Amino acid sequence: MKETVRFAFLKTIPVMLGYLFLGLAFGLLLQEAGYSFWWALLASTIVYAGSIQFVLVSFLGGGTSLPAVAVMTLLINSRHAFYGLSFVEKFRKMKTYPYMVFSLTDETYSLLCSLKTPAGVDEKKAMFLISLFDQMYWIAGSVAGAALGQVLPFDMTGIDFAMTALFVTIFVDQWREAKSHLPAVAGLISAIVCLLIFGGNNFILPSLIITVGVLMGLRGRLEQEVKEA
Amino acid sequence: MIKERALLIILLVAVCTLITRLIPFVLFGGKRQVPKAVEYLGQILPPAIMATLVVYCLKGADLFSASHGIPEFVSVAVTALLHVWKRNVLLSIAAGTACYMSLVQVVF
Repeated sequence: MKETVRFAFLKTIPVMLGYLFLGLAFGLLLQEAGYSFWWALLASTIVYAGSIQFVLVSFLGGGTSLPAVAVMTLLINSRHAFYGLSFVEKFRKMKTYPYMVFSLTDETYSLLCSLKTPAGVDEKKAMFLISLFDQMYWIAGSVAGAALGQVLPFDMTGIDFAMTALFVTIFVDQWREAKSHLPAVAGLISAIVCLLIFGGNNFILPSLIITVGVLMGLRGRLEQEVKEA
Repeated sequence: MIKERALLIILLVAVCTLITRLIPFVLFGGKRQVPKAVEYLGQILPPAIMATLVVYCLKGADLFSASHGIPEFVSVAVTALLHVWKRNVLLSIAAGTACYMSLVQVVF
């Protein structure tokens, strides 16, 4: 058991640094918007999804209707639906099945996907611990950010750029791994055009619908490209 | 009243997030085959979604204000170039954010 805990902890160190930092940024934003650390604790415990929690702060600012909040959350997080596809069989055999499904974030997914457990390490327990540790880091970071926000001795204006930077790095990684750049370009163009037409608060939904439509239309060509690459 | 609405929004976001995570396990948890169209979208959609999210983050950049959106675009460029070069997620995020914070606090 000790071996398994050690293994899981070592695996999660990069995520720990990232989650503490991003969690801190989220907590600070929430605190700046007028919400105490209890709100950070609540959101990070029951929502637990990095990107949508940052968007959540803008939802709290008002201006977005509840149906729009629901649709945007479903769409922004729709990528999670694709992560689960890789673990349908594996998670079912685990006692912690519900928690594994709930806690499958981008970062946990990337750790679990590439996991190779050595002898002496319980694979299922290691997977569970990795998921659990990751969420602990996220909660710790966000609560600390919201609690310490007021006493931090320096100006935190602009810390929210951490979310933009996170998306940029994920985008760069995906661009490098993609066999075709068409989906990324289609998403980018569609988003910019829709932003100009619909404005900042309403463009994501039409943009994603158009993107899915375009990509379904290009399916024959794209599948060919991916196969040839 | 405002806090009640905040609680409602957080619960709604939590439920919708959980739904997106449950979908594959509910739909394909049995022995059913994953439809080809879903598999296709699963492969190609993530970069398109990420591009949309980057644009979402930059929507606040006002090209016609005093800063002309320069802090945003310079910092995105710093983050992206550093990431292409060093491939270190934390380094790229830390440097890009530091760049943005100093630009908005000191320069503009």
